[in-house]
Amino acid sequence: MAEEKKQSIDQATIEMIEKAAKDGALTVFQRAETTRACPIGAEGSCCSICAMGPCRVMSPRGKEETAEDRRRRVGVCGATPETISARMFLRKIAAGTASHGDHGRTMAKFFLAVAKGEAPGYSIKDEQKLLQLALDLGVAIGERRNEEIAIDIAKLLLAEFGKQEGELLFLKRAPLKRQQLWRELGVAPRGIDIEVAEAMHRTHMGTDQEYHDLLDFGVKVALADGWGGSMIATEIQDVIFGTPAPLLSQINLGVLKEDEVNVIIHGHEPQLAEMMAVAAKDPELIKYAKAKGAKGINLAGMCCTANEMLMRHGVPIAGNFLQQELAVVTGAVEAMVVDVQCIMQGLVDTANCYHTKIITTDPRAKIQGATHMEFEEHHALESAKRILKLAIDNFVNRGKNVRIPKQKTDMIAGFSHETINYLMGGMFRASYRPLNDNIINGRIRGVAGVVGCNNPRTPHDAGNMDMVKELIKNDVLVLQTGCMAMASGKAGLMVPEAAAKYAGAGLASVCEAVGIPPVLHMGACIDNTRILIAATAMVKDGGLGDDISDLPVAGAAPEWMSEKALAIGQYFVGSGVFTVFGVNWPTSGNKEVSDYLFKEFEEKLGGMWAFEPDPIKAAHLMIAHIDKKRKALGIDKARERVLYDMAMRRDLGKVEA
Amino acid sequence: MSKIIASAAIRGAHKIVNDARQKWQQAMDKYGANEPIGFPNTAYYLPIIYGILGTPVAKLGDAEQVLKKCQAILPPMVKEIHPLPYLAPALDAGMATLFAEEIIEAIRYLEQPNFYTKQENTVGGNIWLGAADDIILRKRGIEFVDGTAPGFAAVLGAAPSAEIAARIAQELQQKNLYVFMSAEYNGKRFSEQLLEAGVQIGWPTRLVSFGPDVSATVFALGFAIRASFSFGGIGPGEYRKHLIYNKDRIFAFALPLGYVTDEWYANAAGAINFGFPVIADTPIPEVLPTGICTYEHVVSNIPHDQMVAKAVEVRGLKVSLAEVPIPVAFGAAFEGERIRGEDIYLECGGGRTQMVEWVTSKRMDEIEDGKVEVIGPEITDVTAGSRLPLAIVVEVAGREMQDDYEPILERQIHHLINYAQGVMHIGQRDIAWLRVGKQAVAKGFRLSHIGTLLHAKLHQDFGRIFDKMQVKLYTEGDKVAEMVEKARAAYGVRDARIEGMTDETTDMYYSCTLCQSFAPGHVCVISPERTGLCGSYNWMDCKAASEINPTGPNQPVAKGEVIDAHLGQWKGVNEFVTKASRGKIDHYNFYSVVNDPMTTCGCCECIAAILPLCNGIMTVNREYTEQTPSGMKFTTLAGTIGGGISTPGFVGHGKYNITQRKFLLGDGGLLRIVWMPKMLKEEIGDRFKARAEELGVPNLLDMVADETVGVSEEEILPFLQEKGHPALTMDAIIG
Repeated sequence: MAEEKKQSIDQATIEMIEKAAKDGALTVFQRAETTRACPIGAEGSCCSICAMGPCRVMSPRGKEETAEDRRRRVGVCGATPETISARMFLRKIAAGTASHGDHGRTMAKFFLAVAKGEAPGYSIKDEQKLLQLALDLGVAIGERRNEEIAIDIAKLLLAEFGKQEGELLFLKRAPLKRQQLWRELGVAPRGIDIEVAEAMHRTHMGTDQEYHDLLDFGVKVALADGWGGSMIATEIQDVIFGTPAPLLSQINLGVLKEDEVNVIIHGHEPQLAEMMAVAAKDPELIKYAKAKGAKGINLAGMCCTANEMLMRHGVPIAGNFLQQELAVVTGAVEAMVVDVQCIMQGLVDTANCYHTKIITTDPRAKIQGATHMEFEEHHALESAKRILKLAIDNFVNRGKNVRIPKQKTDMIAGFSHETINYLMGGMFRASYRPLNDNIINGRIRGVAGVVGCNNPRTPHDAGNMDMVKELIKNDVLVLQTGCMAMASGKAGLMVPEAAAKYAGAGLASVCEAVGIPPVLHMGACIDNTRILIAATAMVKDGGLGDDISDLPVAGAAPEWMSEKALAIGQYFVGSGVFTVFGVNWPTSGNKEVSDYLFKEFEEKLGGMWAFEPDPIKAAHLMIAHIDKKRKALGIDKARERVLYDMAMRRDLGKVEA
Repeated sequence: MSKIIASAAIRGAHKIVNDARQKWQQAMDKYGANEPIGFPNTAYYLPIIYGILGTPVAKLGDAEQVLKKCQAILPPMVKEIHPLPYLAPALDAGMATLFAEEIIEAIRYLEQPNFYTKQENTVGGNIWLGAADDIILRKRGIEFVDGTAPGFAAVLGAAPSAEIAARIAQELQQKNLYVFMSAEYNGKRFSEQLLEAGVQIGWPTRLVSFGPDVSATVFALGFAIRASFSFGGIGPGEYRKHLIYNKDRIFAFALPLGYVTDEWYANAAGAINFGFPVIADTPIPEVLPTGICTYEHVVSNIPHDQMVAKAVEVRGLKVSLAEVPIPVAFGAAFEGERIRGEDIYLECGGGRTQMVEWVTSKRMDEIEDGKVEVIGPEITDVTAGSRLPLAIVVEVAGREMQDDYEPILERQIHHLINYAQGVMHIGQRDIAWLRVGKQAVAKGFRLSHIGTLLHAKLHQDFGRIFDKMQVKLYTEGDKVAEMVEKARAAYGVRDARIEGMTDETTDMYYSCTLCQSFAPGHVCVISPERTGLCGSYNWMDCKAASEINPTGPNQPVAKGEVIDAHLGQWKGVNEFVTKASRGKIDHYNFYSVVNDPMTTCGCCECIAAILPLCNGIMTVNREYTEQTPSGMKFTTLAGTIGGGISTPGFVGHGKYNITQRKFLLGDGGLLRIVWMPKMLKEEIGDRFKARAEELGVPNLLDMVADETVGVSEEEILPFLQEKGHPALTMDAIIG
């Protein structure tokens, strides 16, 4: 037991790790034991970019390095450890940006198809958001039909990917001061793809070999993610599938059902999942499932597709990233339908021990040994039905070795920016004012985004839980996305009752007033842009400075693992947010590069990185940063209540003017 | 919003909306969709519905879409375990409640036309006043504007006893707040308790018994939203602006006394949308985090003797109270009290005896500051029901004192004496009239206290323009007669001086932005020959106010270069207006309704409008509630031009201004006036005739049509033709 405890704090996970061991199934937990992390790569001291290497430029351990030693510790081409570290860091950011960008591009193309009526079964669900988007982008509304407006928006957004000059359109959503800063520093992205491509070029052998320059360019690339690809994806998804609003659902492997056909949707892009949700309700298919001896079709999500389905339809979540193979280990999953990103190849091997079909659906992400059934958005419903039918057919192959853990936890999700705005005042007084007010009066100390992945190099869900509990205990409101949101959901932190139980008195009183949990689920990892928009809304509502970097906020990814996480972290830093990562740090082998990211960035950008693997300590770094910002705003001390007389009321207009 | 409150508010909203729907359906069956509904003599239809949703409900059938909207807004009940966020749904439910209650009350007006008295006072046994009509709104609204009334308390239910109710009411009155009352608790109502305790209720004493049911609470919030319409210039459907205006500028709060029912909670949720917090005497859950209201939203379990203080603090209101050392309560809320028949202890003036009030300047060494002398019998020297002659002579001195300030100080005497509880004052100068009630005398009030209160208040408000003051109260016939003679001589000199002042010979005008607490864009500029449109401020008042408070709402405006002498436009004035209106208005004319007239806040006494067919201009005073030849009632006109905008064809002005020589000079002056309500003709008749004589048309007033002639242009034109009204032969009014 002691061993498993270190692997996860989640009981369902621990049980399934045991079952996997018994069944002889291999999982990420076991592989993390046998496959050790490469120490040179982990600290960013290996350059594998050209065939003269790979070159290892690790700093000597345990002894002083002479100047001469230092001079000679370079790659074959002479690249310094700083160049190598920064170069590898930038490449990771570029990969993360490319991934989100590709997701966004898919959505933009899909949006165009929907608007043109070429994707039957899909429509524009959120007219309000469409029109808001049109206003933001300067697309004419007039008397035009939604579809006509949508075509213009889709074309405009699609063009963002290949744009060669100017600036990304969504940069204008940021606080004015921030936009100005980006322009001054030359990090305002021109387009999305161009910045990724230039990053790849700059990091090619013998190109950009000035580490500050490489890391600054990393800001530009990352902003093309946060205020580009990711934001485009989220906005379009809201328009087509609806802007999320609060709803109650459940999470953990216990949502799988003994007597139904269990289908897990895993991955990141929601268009297939949306249609699967429709197909799962098809009476014909349900009849078909019953004919095969099942009581029905049970759809459950995994990873960020799960978040999308949860936020919009209340579809329960089976688990987060590290639980994907464990869902198969239950022996109760007929099919796991996957698209892109964070799909472990190990799934296929695990599935071989059971009856589960691993079905890949995206032409960009095939897996050897999996069944490929390409999802076509032009015939979406048929695609979805075909996949479900296959799953149903597989029900009869379910073996006797089935054990579904009991664990499932209630959680409330669906906190989009628009929803938060509404929740703070109702339809007639919607605004961020109550949030800002209660930050100013100190009931809420600050706001933290705790996001990112799971990583088997650190106990599953533990980093998140310790950090989030510490933050809310200290009256910091926590916003979450991705697999960390799921960890909090499982830990019971995403119900309103958690406020009285875990949060400090101030935060709890606000949660009680509004009726919200102290930890808000804001969506998938692509939806971190909702946090950027929320932060901007806080700036615009006033009283907390005039840039995101003035806000008492901080970000963290305590269990991160993917390149996307680094891109997200960098765009938060570039937007002015202090961001702390756990597990390990990709430039830890180089002090100069780390110092630049951790310290000098703050002077330039107002936001900076930090690395702290201990989640409690990391939480206190965030709280210290929040307190620093509160002090700078002059809200670190209690304020006198202002009583208004007539002269002051008369002057109100002057303040407004 | 705590879960308990949100749950109750949403439950209450469901009940009230259901009730409205049933009542509406029954009324539809009985009267049909075309039956007109509304609150009598009010603009803005059902005001909350109109302000928030922008839907004009004029007929029974119009309410259908509002009820549908209520249904759409009504959130599901709050779940016990893992509730979804409830603050926003509860606030929405609160608004649905208010919409539904407006419909319920409108149907009550339809079904029981005499359920409410529809006036300022209780009538016979009927103590329920119903919605404030527009005359009340404008009259009282000005008090909200100038700070005489900083806000209102909406009291629901009843206090544990009549004595406690009276105490709470008096405390609210002393803070100059209006008290709007509705709903019952334990079979009792606050307003009934006040009557039981012998307290006068009605608009004049600021104790407004809107109605017996919880639904009458909607009149309080309706009053608030009509303030944002008429003084804030906010349009229908601009819900956010209405609510924020109220949060920032209308300092109101709710005091639920007794058990808070679901329906009360639903109303409270509605009130919180306006930024009005709830201060309860029962241990209901509290909502302390801020945001919708300026400070806390719900504060509970407050002892009765601390409620008012707590409410004022929670609402964020500063009330500066005058320390007036007299044995009765003192405040603006007591101004409207009546003292009748058997309640009178002492009466002076009013035609029964001689009475006069006179402020006069003296040399510094002639005055002992604070000295009050009663020369003749005091109250204690006479029996109840007596009459005495009275001369109140206020003697002032100071380095800054000018003769011009004497009438300004003198004009304060009327309301200051009225502010004393149990004392009633009417008129001014040598036609003053005073009654002192038995209750006041029983509490120890004496004539000398008139001197005491005048000394305290005048020093407080006008301390900058004089240094010393003493008061002599004569109550002997011959002395009083002597004072009347002296005072009359002084009045004559004063009047001649004011009469002689012209706009041409005066370089400095004065601004008045007093209303900017309510009408943020509006700027009055007042010249000697164009008094303030509210009737409350003339040039001299502004000058004095400016000296008293140099950074206040009255600023000197150097009129500068003349741009148009005929229309009354000056460069310096334009520059000032541009700045003070924050660029909203860059010029206007003092003497024209046709060309870029002066802006108007919601407070004007009269509104002039062009009548093109008659080639003339009509004007209507706000007390006249019927149709006018412009096709609009006063309330509609005020709604059209209020809020600090310049609307060619319409202009607000004071009554006194009509007979000033520059009145609409640019459009042809007084000779253009073709229609006025009869009551206005009577009120200003003497001065009108004098001015008409100056203009060479002595019988002009007889040529001016009124409602007895007609209320449309077609009806009055033949009359004007028959009388040979001069306007008919003037240049075309619209060139």
